[in-house]
Amino acid sequence: MRLLFGSCFTFLIAAAVGLGATWLTLTHGVAFGALTIGAWTAWPKSGSVDIDPYARAIIARSGELPTGMGDGIAFYARTDDVGNPFDGRCTFTISGMTPTARYWTLTLYDPEGRLVANSIDRHGFTSEEIVRDSDGRFTITVAPLARPGNWLPTGGIEKFTLLWRLYDTAIGVATRTTKEGPMPSITRKGCG
Amino acid sequence: MIRVLLLVLTAILLGGIVHLSTVLAMPQAAKQDAYSRLTPLTPVNTMVPLATPTAEAEVMPFMDPAFATAVCRYDLSGGALKLIAPVSQAYTSVTFYTRKSIAYYAINDRAAGRRTIELDLMTAEQHAEVPEEEDVTAADRLIIESPTTVGLIVVRALAPEPDLMPMARQALASATCAIQPVQ
Repeated sequence: MRLLFGSCFTFLIAAAVGLGATWLTLTHGVAFGALTIGAWTAWPKSGSVDIDPYARAIIARSGELPTGMGDGIAFYARTDDVGNPFDGRCTFTISGMTPTARYWTLTLYDPEGRLVANSIDRHGFTSEEIVRDSDGRFTITVAPLARPGNWLPTGGIEKFTLLWRLYDTAIGVATRTTKEGPMPSITRKGCG
Repeated sequence: MIRVLLLVLTAILLGGIVHLSTVLAMPQAAKQDAYSRLTPLTPVNTMVPLATPTAEAEVMPFMDPAFATAVCRYDLSGGALKLIAPVSQAYTSVTFYTRKSIAYYAINDRAAGRRTIELDLMTAEQHAEVPEEEDVTAADRLIIESPTTVGLIVVRALAPEPDLMPMARQALASATCAIQPVQ
């Protein structure tokens, strides 16, 4: 009787620990070889055959196709520079410089990777359509209500994810320092 | 006390095994991976343009809305595949994925260095059967080996501004993929 109880107890804990860890790692985007610059994180190896088992599981589960290594690299951000999570009811500004790339695109998604409905049908910017200062810098305002300049609407959703894709770029597996890849900074400007 | 501690330790060890095996099994178990999503939309060995993602509908999550996309769902069991993709004005890339969404090869228009991207896709066995002279004489013939018999080729053309989307879609409209007749 004690043996039966003991093994039941063991298997229950084993299942809870094992499945819990799997769920946590897959929903929180844990994968090896992350390249983090400021608030932005990319997994360069996810676009190649060297992709690790965690990234493989995440991709299989979500149904997305990762950006191939010979194509470009995708940087994800879910918080601002100091760790405030992206809330679509708040205002965030993104400003600064981007690493050298032939083209880049910035896109706003909900946490499941869907585009967000908004009044002007804008889901992001490309490097060609952004309005810049005379010195090449730019500021993008991510906010629920219309703003002058480069306004990226959030649609007022509770949580969002930003994806910065650099196409035809040298940034990748070999990139180590933020000097090689200066990513724009993200600052929260207030909520409501 | 020691008995309970031992049980907990065993449980954690077993939990680790459960965790690793579920992570490794996920790609096999996933019902909604990219290939499964594309299967009802794409006839085999045919280049099919995908609808640009909108807030209401999209084929896959995290698609880049600035790009026109076309997909060739391939099956090499009938022979090698020839891919021809014209280069659009801004930026065009071709990415090859296995059945389980692993990007095993990607090339962009500049790396291809021509007006059109032309590639031969074959399995390792089919590559071994290509006559050696042919391989040498056609030095500029780009041969890609697919690690799996089935998979996906995704051609993407950038529309740098929304107005240029029809042009990007136009460029992709003449992209083709077809099984080559056996010589």
